[in-house]
Amino acid sequence: MQDFGAAFGEAFRLLVSLDPDLVEIVALSLRVSLGAVLAAAAIGLPIGAALAVARFPGRGVALVALNSLMGLPPVVVGLLVYLALSRAGPLGPLGLLYTPAAMMIAQMILVVPIIAAVSRQTIEDMKEEYEEQLRVLGVGPSGMVATLLWDARFSLLTALLAGFGRAIAEVGAVIIVGGNINHVTRVMTTAIALETSKGDLALALGLGLILLGLAITVNAAVMLLRRTAGHAAFA
Amino acid sequence: MRRLGLLLVAAAALLAPLAGAGAAEKFITVQSTTSTQNSGLFDHILPVFTGKTGIEVRVVAVGTGQAIKNAANGDGDVLFVHAKPAEEKFVASGGGVERFDVMYNDFVFVGPKADPARIAGGKDAVKALQTLAASGAPFASRGDDSGTHKKEKALWKAAGIDQGKASGGWYRETGSGMGATLNAAVGMGAYTMSDRATWISFKNKGDYAVVVEGDPILFNQYGVILVNPKKHPHVKAAEGQAFIDWLLSAEGQQAIAAYKINGQQLFYPNAKK
Amino acid sequence: MQLSPDRPARPAGTGGHVLPVRATGVTIRRGGRALLDGIDIGIEPGPLTVIMGPNGAGKSLLLRVLATLVRPDAGVVTWGGTMPDRGRAPQLGFVFQKPVMLRRSAIDNVRYALKAAGVPRGERDRRAAEALAAAGLERLAGSPARVLSGGEQQRLAIARALATGPEVLLLDEPTANLDPAATLAIETQVQAAHRAGTTVVFVTHDLGQARRLADDVAFVHHGRVAERTPAHRFFSAPSSEAATAFIEGRLIP
Repeated sequence: MQDFGAAFGEAFRLLVSLDPDLVEIVALSLRVSLGAVLAAAAIGLPIGAALAVARFPGRGVALVALNSLMGLPPVVVGLLVYLALSRAGPLGPLGLLYTPAAMMIAQMILVVPIIAAVSRQTIEDMKEEYEEQLRVLGVGPSGMVATLLWDARFSLLTALLAGFGRAIAEVGAVIIVGGNINHVTRVMTTAIALETSKGDLALALGLGLILLGLAITVNAAVMLLRRTAGHAAFA
Repeated sequence: MRRLGLLLVAAAALLAPLAGAGAAEKFITVQSTTSTQNSGLFDHILPVFTGKTGIEVRVVAVGTGQAIKNAANGDGDVLFVHAKPAEEKFVASGGGVERFDVMYNDFVFVGPKADPARIAGGKDAVKALQTLAASGAPFASRGDDSGTHKKEKALWKAAGIDQGKASGGWYRETGSGMGATLNAAVGMGAYTMSDRATWISFKNKGDYAVVVEGDPILFNQYGVILVNPKKHPHVKAAEGQAFIDWLLSAEGQQAIAAYKINGQQLFYPNAKK
Repeated sequence: MQLSPDRPARPAGTGGHVLPVRATGVTIRRGGRALLDGIDIGIEPGPLTVIMGPNGAGKSLLLRVLATLVRPDAGVVTWGGTMPDRGRAPQLGFVFQKPVMLRRSAIDNVRYALKAAGVPRGERDRRAAEALAAAGLERLAGSPARVLSGGEQQRLAIARALATGPEVLLLDEPTANLDPAATLAIETQVQAAHRAGTTVVFVTHDLGQARRLADDVAFVHHGRVAERTPAHRFFSAPSSEAATAFIEGRLIP
């Protein structure tokens, strides 16, 4: 397939020339997905920690629901957010449809279950190890949650990373609520979808390679952080 | 608390510009179709309009069916699509103010150069479909309720063929946009129907070529409608109307006629003077 | 919620005595079996008590009940004559068979315990350093706790438990996973703490270790205290048949 060679050439050309449209698209992708992950972390980490530490009736149901929500199809989320943000929908007056904020909301909804579920697992594993020790030191429930979140912080980065991976690679939701508007809501994935539909497979693949490179960079950065922060000692 | 505060400040700093982007000074949202977007027409004409009026035009490109639904929800100021009966219904229902012809191009049938169904060179679209159905050669349909899909269904009806019965057999509905359907057709060796503009600008043609063209029945009219501000008070009626007026003006019509790929004109302006 | 642990988990200066630690009629059943069967035991200030018994006798479980880590199905545990409460937990040091090291440096592990006990911030550095020095770990103060050797980790765990100045130190087979040199270091550390005035309860099934350490032996068998005897008498003339068999190295039913 001759497209592969052409794709690498295209990706290289776009990168070397620092194509302004490409820079804009990459910057928007990062802003939307990082914003979505931060917002999702603010919601998902406390949920994960609470589910890990608390025992209450219906917890099993909550866990099943949470794990199922991780597989939520982006298109469904996009549709739900569209219906909510549409002018005819309940949040229509906010005028958020077809803005980066709408894309962030959709990605946040996709990412919250991932962060909550992964952090729940991480924190619960650590709680198994810590709980009795903390109790004999006289640490109460809130102190325990704080200690677990703090001591698990490097492992929790993995949860955020998983969320970021889903957000940045997702197209189904953002194309519906963002509309793939040039210079406004066009991100890497919707640009790839557009170039594919134009039959410009080389450019689409080139953009895909850049997206892949971005994902590798972010993952490597986080891994490096975990290493230097004393992987052996703290993780 | 300090750390969480920092996190929130960081998040706010990150989000603030996003919220701002939703409230840019002067812009309109146009619900339009993949064919106009993929052909590159908007990239060609919109800068001219924006340069003249300062009004930014944000295009959401989806199938005609979805574009009309979005507009009916009030998610857009202007509707710019190609399915006249559906457009007239939209206006009659009160969703739009008035419909204007803007331009036309035509539909073509494309297929592999080997032409297994032996329909190449024909000028009769209905007859070509009958031949194609009898041959059992695969046909890729948009299957997405777009303007192109509506047109295609009308042609099958005229040919007296219930193509739906062959769905999953030789009749393959991709449920996708024009470009994706062209990719699928090329991938599986199927014939398909495309608007000429998308076909000309399509870059993954492989060994495909136009096999049927020039039948008057394949005429493809584009219309433009202002979403009804009486129904959706937030509609930017003045700016939207300015865009429509410009499209219909001599300057707008010339801009449309001037858009060419490889020397081929893609759209023919035909606004009523 | 805060992410930082820099907050006392309880107000400073609460307390009161935990000694004597007393269990009365404590019963724990699991799967229809009584693991502890109406145990009565009291830990008075002073002696180094060794709790002995064969594997599965319930000695570790008993220790956990005394520390309120396990709630009994029947019976009560009192600390200093009243119901146990979290505020007094730092008065009762506890060391697990497998030391639990927090993901931070050795000295920060001790600081954490001091903070949890409500020790004012200004005192923590000094007291943590003293605790490490007493355990011979000052050289490793800045090392991540989880990369220390097994013996070093257990010494740190004991130093951490002692840093808050508890009235009583409970140890659950602290040397079970250690080599003889590390075991000796732990025994020395515990004996030093005892000499300094800390009451000690030490669970072991190692007869030699019991001989080296005990002032007083409680022999647990089948979920009951079979006998409680001063050490010099226990090893020469135990009063229960089970303890006699155990000391002689016979299998006991």
